[in-house]
Amino acid sequence: MSNTAFYRSLEAVVINSAAFILTLLAFGVFVSLFGVNPFDVYYILYLGGFATQISIESTLTQAAPLMLTALCTAIPARAGLLVIGGEGALVVGGVATVLVGVWLTDVPFAIGVPMMALAGAAAGGIWIGAAGALRQYRGVNETIATLLMNYIAIATMNHLVSGPMRDFDQVLKASSWSIPEHLMVGTLPGLDVHWGLATGIVVCVVLYVLMRRTTFGFGVDVLGGNQRAAQMAGLPINKMVILCCFMGGAAAGLAGTMEVIAVHGFASDSLVVGFGYAGILIAFLARQNPLAIILVAILLGGISASGGLLQRRFDLPDATTSVLQGMLFIIVLASNTLYGRMRFLQPKEA
Amino acid sequence: MDAASELGWWGVLIAVFGGAIRVSTPYLFVSLGETLTEKGGRVNLGLEGILVMGAMSGYATAVVTGEPWLGVLVAGCAGAALALLHALVCNLPRVNDIAVGISLFIFGTGLAFFLGKAFINPTAPRLPHIELGAWSTYPQIRSALEINVLFIIGAILAPVLAWSLKNTKWGLVLRTAGDSSEATLALGYNLNFVRTLGTVVGGFLSGVGGSFLSLYYPGSWNEGLSSGQGLMAVALVIFARWNPMHCFYVSLLFGGATAIGPALQTIGITSNYYLYGAAPYFLTLALLIYSSSTKHRLAGAPNEVSISR
Repeated sequence: MSNTAFYRSLEAVVINSAAFILTLLAFGVFVSLFGVNPFDVYYILYLGGFATQISIESTLTQAAPLMLTALCTAIPARAGLLVIGGEGALVVGGVATVLVGVWLTDVPFAIGVPMMALAGAAAGGIWIGAAGALRQYRGVNETIATLLMNYIAIATMNHLVSGPMRDFDQVLKASSWSIPEHLMVGTLPGLDVHWGLATGIVVCVVLYVLMRRTTFGFGVDVLGGNQRAAQMAGLPINKMVILCCFMGGAAAGLAGTMEVIAVHGFASDSLVVGFGYAGILIAFLARQNPLAIILVAILLGGISASGGLLQRRFDLPDATTSVLQGMLFIIVLASNTLYGRMRFLQPKEA
Repeated sequence: MDAASELGWWGVLIAVFGGAIRVSTPYLFVSLGETLTEKGGRVNLGLEGILVMGAMSGYATAVVTGEPWLGVLVAGCAGAALALLHALVCNLPRVNDIAVGISLFIFGTGLAFFLGKAFINPTAPRLPHIELGAWSTYPQIRSALEINVLFIIGAILAPVLAWSLKNTKWGLVLRTAGDSSEATLALGYNLNFVRTLGTVVGGFLSGVGGSFLSLYYPGSWNEGLSSGQGLMAVALVIFARWNPMHCFYVSLLFGGATAIGPALQTIGITSNYYLYGAAPYFLTLALLIYSSSTKHRLAGAPNEVSISR
């Protein structure tokens, strides 16, 4: 590792750890206002998120979709775009997965699952890719476009699952037809966590290699750093932006696929639980680095997973974990201002 | 039911009109709030969290004190406090206002659900309305013409803000902060202070918009109260081209569009319910695609706002 790279990583580790400790302090003050001992809360957070096999499994289950939706913001961000459409891309991917799964009733598992994954990824990819194309060819702001497209995706899904695609045998809530039982994927060997986790990690690693170790990734970084320089270098800017959007959207679409084929078996508003919005912030916390996304997603998954235990032990509302996450996000984002400003964390001049 | 079938399609129109006024009130307040924020050069995507926090704090205050108007005031102050947090974090260099807004969205809704757990059951006194339809024998017309007081306040506030932005010194300073940081500094104003002020006043208005949800319509506090009006504010402001008067018209338009689905339900048409609900989003996206260009900015957009590019 070069000197500069070492200091860059050290800086990120120091700043993020400080922000994390500050968040725990702030949260401790918050819960003690409600008569709960903060140290008990820290212990329960650890117990519920990371201490036992069961809590680790539930943490990883929570983290799996977050890794994929975070990529939906992180990959376009490397090209200089701010995409916040992970929620919509996940929904679109989930619906496409159900459509293909229901259509492929008779195919074997080994063909059906890749086809569904392909459908989910393609749907999510085209969804966000379209936002990228609108920006490049029409000047439409991608942040607002993807925000609006979230609502359009969710409304369209609600329309489909309460009418054209509704399974009337499901009486508890409006949901689509279910995909055939034999096309559902189970859990990872030796771990009670579904395959979404493996998918998330593999996609993060592949995209890390692509963005950090290839000419394409270097070109994207040039574009994200300085569009004018990329233009001068003759890079195909439009294609690169749209491709980055497509890859990000495909990752979020795949999150929708995994939620359908590993968790629910159908599309419904259970897909709309804020994975997309949490993903945006995970991307920012990870500073748009796909490998760091894996770790940050697991950390946040742990916070979500310990929510139930916090509620049972202290009778705190289940929104407690949202408060903690919100605090963490705000403090870590504020800590961004420290990068490059602490003398002892800067690379030494030769 | 009889009266409903008697009025037929007129009944639908009347319901859309009444619904437009009811549904548009929170839209109006959040869009005015976001206009002030963006005129100063920042985007606050956290208005959703502020809205929900306003709804909760307003409701809780009204339950405890029995005074709905005190609830509105507390809701505004809670909104201003959260907006101040947004502004202070964004005052730091190299902090992305969009990301901070989304954090505030998660933090604000989480905090509101946390603190508001105890207030789901008790009933708060509602805000008053003015009956303009007493002359009619049709209950639909009477209920459509129950104009709530907050709507009237918002309807007065819109032209007042439009005028002040254009003609007062503070309006000019705020617009300068949004258009050119250099010019603001050259005029001798503290850029961060001006933007903080715009954001905080915007947060106050959005908090008031939230109190409408819990204290008038739907008029209760629960965790599914907001349907994204706060996030929508950002799109609405683009539709209104950063003009407070247009915010008023566009809020009515969005309110009317949102009311089509429920209004059609009253005469038994339930298909496409969700698609009507999404009409504002389709409309805004279509308008955005139509009016954007790679060559120039959106007309009326403050120069330094990140989303106008």
